Amino acid sequence: MEFSSRERQKLWRLAGDRRDQYPHSLQFYLEPPTESISLVEFESFAVDRLKLLKVVENLGVSYVRGTDVYKTKLAGELRKLKFPYRALAEDDYEARRKDHISHFILRLAYCQSEDLRRWFLQQEMDLFRYRFNELTGGLMQKFLEHVNLSFEAIGEDLKNELANELSASTPGFSLPKVKEQMFYKVGLADAVDLFRARRVYIKDGFAYVPFKEIDVIVLNNYRTKLSKALALTARSLPSIQSDERLQPLLNHLSHSYVGPDYSVQKNTGKISLDQIDALSVKSFPLCMRQLHRALRDSHHLRHGGRMQYGLFLKGIGLTLEQALEFWKKEFIRGKVDADKFDKGYAYSIRHSYGKEGKRTDYTPYSCMKIIMSNPPSQGDYHGCPFRHSDPELLKQKLQSYKISPSGITQVLELVKGMHYQLACQKYFELTHDVDDIGFSLNHPNQYFTESQKLLSGGRELKKEFNNSGSFQQKNNSQESINSSSTPTSSNAKTDTELEELEAYFTED
Amino acid sequence: PCTARPSRVPAVVKNYFQLREFSFTLRDDVYLRFQSFSSPQELERELQKINPYKIDIGAVYSHRPNQHNTVHLGAFQPQEKELVFDIDMTDYDDVRTCCSSADICSKCWTLMTIAIRIIDRALVEDLGVRHRLWVYSGRRGVHCWVCDDAVRKWSPALRAAAVEYLSLVKGGADTVKKVTLSHPVHPFIRRSVDVVEKYFEEYALLGQDILGSPEKWDKVLALIPEDILPSRSCSKKDSVQRWELLRARVERSRPGGRAAAQGPCYADWEVMLQFCFPRLDINVSKGLGHLLKSPFSVHPKTGGWGVWGVWGSPAPTPAPVHSPNPPDYKKTSLAPYVKVFEQFVEGMECARRGEKIRQSDLQGDF
Repeated sequence: MEFSSRERQKLWRLAGDRRDQYPHSLQFYLEPPTESISLVEFESFAVDRLKLLKVVENLGVSYVRGTDVYKTKLAGELRKLKFPYRALAEDDYEARRKDHISHFILRLAYCQSEDLRRWFLQQEMDLFRYRFNELTGGLMQKFLEHVNLSFEAIGEDLKNELANELSASTPGFSLPKVKEQMFYKVGLADAVDLFRARRVYIKDGFAYVPFKEIDVIVLNNYRTKLSKALALTARSLPSIQSDERLQPLLNHLSHSYVGPDYSVQKNTGKISLDQIDALSVKSFPLCMRQLHRALRDSHHLRHGGRMQYGLFLKGIGLTLEQALEFWKKEFIRGKVDADKFDKGYAYSIRHSYGKEGKRTDYTPYSCMKIIMSNPPSQGDYHGCPFRHSDPELLKQKLQSYKISPSGITQVLELVKGMHYQLACQKYFELTHDVDDIGFSLNHPNQYFTESQKLLSGGRELKKEFNNSGSFQQKNNSQESINSSSTPTSSNAKTDTELEELEAYFTED
Repeated sequence: PCTARPSRVPAVVKNYFQLREFSFTLRDDVYLRFQSFSSPQELERELQKINPYKIDIGAVYSHRPNQHNTVHLGAFQPQEKELVFDIDMTDYDDVRTCCSSADICSKCWTLMTIAIRIIDRALVEDLGVRHRLWVYSGRRGVHCWVCDDAVRKWSPALRAAAVEYLSLVKGGADTVKKVTLSHPVHPFIRRSVDVVEKYFEEYALLGQDILGSPEKWDKVLALIPEDILPSRSCSKKDSVQRWELLRARVERSRPGGRAAAQGPCYADWEVMLQFCFPRLDINVSKGLGHLLKSPFSVHPKTGGWGVWGVWGSPAPTPAPVHSPNPPDYKKTSLAPYVKVFEQFVEGMECARRGEKIRQSDLQGDF
């Protein structure tokens, strides 16, 4: 039994006008919603927000953030899914409420693991950035006051004194422009991103931030808050998981997005150690192939490499005993003797299999994690070759792997556009001689599994014959959204809703 | 000199010491983590008793580290920690020719001098930090301990940001060009170049002779854009002259020389920085829980002492640890370094007292 939207509004009017609950079209989501909502609404809100975040992700991969195309597409999607999209609209209580509630539902679903949190945070940040920048100057000021983020502007005298430094520190700020703009003195902790990237002047423990970069500060503040909140939510999750109505739904919501985390191996023990050399050529993504080569060549890998490669091997099915044997055999051919290996390295291998220390069973790294965190430095071979290698060296490597010159050009083009995962996908297509792999790659272990499926003939792939060699920006996940997102009626049965969701995610 | 009134105002937070993690390395690489002590005297007694090979210092935790097993999992968290930097000579292996891995000599040690000058300047002038202790790590590098009250409370994210702010050399074995500058050049970079400038000729051109032979100069020329490269058949006969030629060509491109679209070229600075700029290990600085070898702890692999920035002098003869008469260390060659350390601690005590007195005066609380 459900209320229609009009009846519901009437009920709330009776309970008092709650419009001042959302004074702005965007918010920091500090207070969780306290009203009761129906399960059906709960679910449809969650699914809509998930669709929205997925769109945010796809747009972020395909277009430069903040460009007109990006903004137009995102605005269109917000409107279609009935989220607040016009900063000035005063009468969008329903949309703001939906925004508020759906955000909190997804928090529950996406607080459960590091990968999920990272993904959720990234998409919510992008969404927030877009919305914040859509605000007019006046509304921005109001919003800043509302969230207690007003900073002290520096005086004209100080600004003139520092003019040269400010201009040299702030990209895009010529001397005359420095004179025009307001600069704010902000503590390092609040300006952490600008500080990190050296995009502002830093003196005596303060960052001198131009007005136009205040959004970075706001975003940084938002991220800190959200990240803390997610950690807190994760801690209180057990009480929600005992609710048998919500638990399956929440699990479904999270799993349906990021896909499996490859921590549970169906094929444990099905790979023998002497297969690895051959597999590394046939079915390993470039990052793992590179690590394997480096290990065989130098009989050693540094910590970052051992983690990335070791967990990948665990994911493709090496047992703990095999892993110990594998690493030991290689390391003792180098500078490490058996004794040192058993004392030092064996511990960390058992640790990564959850047999030591806090006994966490570590999951293999996803592409996102490899690309975003812990970049390789001197003597390291881990990381994403598409992200972390010089294009010239990448080219040489691909040549030595017998990739065709036109294929290499396509890969490098994607790398140049910072589409590292698409570049890897292209590499998959080239090395497996298929035109379209029909899935979107986001995990090295997924690469391996798909490659194995393909090589053993378990999966049929359409081979296009009219392939003229021209390359088009891949955007099929985008299209699948548009074609499958029929408006969801709030009376829809749970099952169909979930099925739809399933279909929606398996398509891309 | 300390100007604050000497008084009964305590210089440290109560219980701070008891919550601090120490870690010992014993024979055969046996590690004892999460040691903690109720007083400095207890620490001293324990040191005399087990005589560890190496002492590491960790964070200040929410609970006593030696009781970490008794509190609920997840409740035991590091709260505070000095901001530490670890600069390790092995990370320079691609740019030094005299030694590799853990070996060091007086030639490449200049790299550490440059590193300290660059980082220390930035810590003070940019980050507004006051209390820094620089120590030789005992083997192949240096450590820096930043002890300001506010800094000890920094989050891992802020620590990581500081390291990134202070890092210019990016990329691993697969990156040829590890420093890329673009216009405008941030004051931090300019000032770092000024520091490198002072040492570059002596260290890189004469000491390492980086343009001395074709194999060597190919490594440098790989970092210079094609249109600026001088012809290889030039008549210059040594590194210094070759560098002058290269530099002149790059500088000519700077103010409005090259096509505007390409922007000014900073290849000379990029080379200087790639060869000399400090390479920090972010993981050591980022995590609050990361352990770092204590100053004055002997390095188990070399027998070298971790003391203030000297290298080359023979390791001092260790004074017996449990001497009945504490000032005995003054009779060893360690004395001047202990003095540096004592002055550092005094400076911190004084600053803390001053701050406390200021606060209580503000409250009118006498």
